[in-house]
Amino acid sequence: MGSSVKTESNLKDSSSKKINFAEIIKRHGILFVFLLMIIGISLRTDSFLTQNNMLLVLRQVSVKGIIACGMTYMLIGGEFDLSVGSLVSLTAVLVIDFHDILGPFAAIIIAILAGISVGAFNGFLVGFLKLNSLIVTFGMLFVIQALTLLYTGGQYVSVSNQGATWFSIIGRGFIFGIPIPVIIFGIILIIFGVVLSKTVYGRYLYSVGGNPIASKFSGIPKTYITFSTFIITGLTAAIGGIILGSRLMSAQNYLGQGYEFDIITAVVLGGTSLFGGSGSIPKTLIGVLILGFLSNGFIMMGFPYYVQWVVQWAILIGAVWMDVASKRGKILA
Amino acid sequence: MKSKTGIMKVKDNFDIWDFVQKNSIWLIFVICIVFFSIMTPNFLRVRNITNIFLQSSFIGIMSIGMTYLMIDGNFDLSMGSIMALSAVLVIGFMDYGIPVAVLLSLLAGSAIGALNGLFVTKAGINAFIVTLGSMLGVRGLVYIYTGERALVSSELAFSEISAASVGPIPLPVLIFLIMLILGELVLRYTSHGRGCYAIGGNYEAAVNAGIKVDKHIIINFILAGFTAALAGILMASRMNAATPTLGMEDHMIVITAVVLGGTKLDGGFGNLIRTLGGVLVIGMIRNGMNLLNVHSYVNMLIMGLILISVVYMDQKFDPLEE
Repeated sequence: MGSSVKTESNLKDSSSKKINFAEIIKRHGILFVFLLMIIGISLRTDSFLTQNNMLLVLRQVSVKGIIACGMTYMLIGGEFDLSVGSLVSLTAVLVIDFHDILGPFAAIIIAILAGISVGAFNGFLVGFLKLNSLIVTFGMLFVIQALTLLYTGGQYVSVSNQGATWFSIIGRGFIFGIPIPVIIFGIILIIFGVVLSKTVYGRYLYSVGGNPIASKFSGIPKTYITFSTFIITGLTAAIGGIILGSRLMSAQNYLGQGYEFDIITAVVLGGTSLFGGSGSIPKTLIGVLILGFLSNGFIMMGFPYYVQWVVQWAILIGAVWMDVASKRGKILA
Repeated sequence: MKSKTGIMKVKDNFDIWDFVQKNSIWLIFVICIVFFSIMTPNFLRVRNITNIFLQSSFIGIMSIGMTYLMIDGNFDLSMGSIMALSAVLVIGFMDYGIPVAVLLSLLAGSAIGALNGLFVTKAGINAFIVTLGSMLGVRGLVYIYTGERALVSSELAFSEISAASVGPIPLPVLIFLIMLILGELVLRYTSHGRGCYAIGGNYEAAVNAGIKVDKHIIINFILAGFTAALAGILMASRMNAATPTLGMEDHMIVITAVVLGGTKLDGGFGNLIRTLGGVLVIGMIRNGMNLLNVHSYVNMLIMGLILISVVYMDQKFDPLEE
C-alpha cells in the first residue's frame, strides 16, 4: 500500500526531470542569483575561486550541512525544530567533557545518545502529545541552553592532553586531501538522499507532510513518522556537535547559538517548502552551499560577520516569497 | 460552529467551570504569591512589589502588542531585536534632543513592524519565517549601527524618564497600566478589536464577512513594533546606555507571558487583563528566584519548561469549542 501513496509534489519532482529551460529558471532562479554572486565576489577578491578556499568552504559548511539533512526531513514532514542550535552546544560540551573521563569512544556514544534522547523528547511532545512544534522546540531551545550552562557552569571545557588522542582526527583530519567532516557530510547526504527518494519511509514522509488527512486514511502512522524525524534531527545535531568539538578540541555553551536560523534558511533556500510535502536532499545541498559561499565571500570582501545577518534576512524572505508566489501563481497574496 | 469571539460566549451562558478554566491564570497568580511569600521573607514588602511591577513593565508593554498579534493568529519573534534597535537609536540620536531621539526610535520600531506585517499579509509568507528573519536581520542592523560596542548617553535628563514616579507608581509602570487599560478598551469596544477576534477565530469567515483582514494584521504588527520600541526606550533610559545584545531572550519571555495568560496560540481568544496576570506571574517567578538566590540559568530553564507546559495546556483546552 505504501508504494501507491504519491503526493503531488512527488509527481512534480519526477516529471521535472525532463529538461525544460523556462521551468528551470522559474524553479531555480536563486541558482542564477548565486552564480552572479560568485562571479561578483571572484572579481573583487583574488583567492575566492581557489581550490584551497573551496575546500575551506566545504569544511565550514559540513556541520550545518549535516544538520540541514535532518532538518530537510523535518520540514518535509511538516514540522520544525528550533532546538538544534542548543543541541549542538550540549553535545559538543558533553563529548569534550566525557573525553577526558571515559575516553573518546564512550564520549562519542554519550553525545549521540544525548542527541537522540533530546530528539525523542521533542518527538514525544510533538508526535504523541500533538503540540505545536514551533513553540515547543522554541521552549526546548532555552531549556537545553540552560541545561548546558548548568552543566558547564559557564566555563569552557577542553581536552587536556590534545596530542595523546585520535579524537581530533574527526574534525581536523584529511583523507586523500579531503577534510574528514566533508567526507562525513557526503556520506550522510547520500544515505539521507537515498532513503528519502527510494524507500517507503521517504514516501511516507512526503505524504505525512503533504497531505496529512489523506495519509491518515491510507493508514500511515503519522505519529511515529513525526517522532522519527525528531530523533533523526537530534542525531544529526549530535554528529554536528561531535565534529565541532573535535575540530576545536574544546567547547562552550554558546557554540551552536543561532545555528537553527542558518540551517532553516539553507533548507528553505534550496526550495524545500515550509508547509511540508516537498523538498529533497540535493536541493538542501544547494541551499547549504549558497549560504556557505556567501558567508565566505563576505568575509573575504572584508565585511564584519553581522552584515551577513541582514543579507540573510533578505535572502530568506526572498526565497520563501518565491516559493509561495510560484505556488499561488501570483506575486502578491 | 465556532463562536466568533470568546467574550460573547461568556455572556451567553455563564458556566462556573468554564469561568474557572478561562481564568486559571489568577489561580496560578495566587499560588505564586503564597509560595514566594512563604519561601522568602522580603517578597511581600511594598518595596519589592513595586520592584516586581517595575521589572515587569518592560515585558508587559511588549506583551500588549504580542497579545493583539496572537489574538489575530500571528506572532512576532523579532520583538527583542526591535527593542535593541530602538534602544541603540535613542541613545545614538541623543544629541538631537530627547524628543527627536524618542520619536525616531518609535518610528524605526513601527517601521520594522510594518515591514513584518506587509511580508505576512501582502507577500503571504508565514509570520514565523518573516519574524525569524527580522529577528536576526534587525539584530544585524543593531550591530552594524553600534559596531558591537555599547552606547552610553551623557544626557542625565533622559535617565530620569524611567526613574520618575507619579506618587508611589514608577513612570514605566504607569505607562504600562495606562496602555493596558486603553488596549483592553480598544479590544472590547472598537471595530479593530472585534476584527482581531474574528480574524483569529475564523480567518475565512472574516474575509467573507468583508473584514479588512490585511489592514488589521498590519496594524497589529505595527503595534508590536511600537510597543517593543517603547520598551527599548524605557530600558535604555533605565540604564542610560544600550548594548547591542539587549533583549536576546525577551521575545521568548513575552510569548510565555502571553500564552500563560490564556491567549490561544491559534488566535481568536484572549484579553489583556489575563495577559497582565501572565506578565505578573512571570515577573514574580523571576523576582522570587532572585530572592531565593537561584542561578539565572535555572531561571531560563524554568521559563522554557513553563512555555512547554503552557503549550500543552493550550492544546488541551479550547475555549472556542461548543
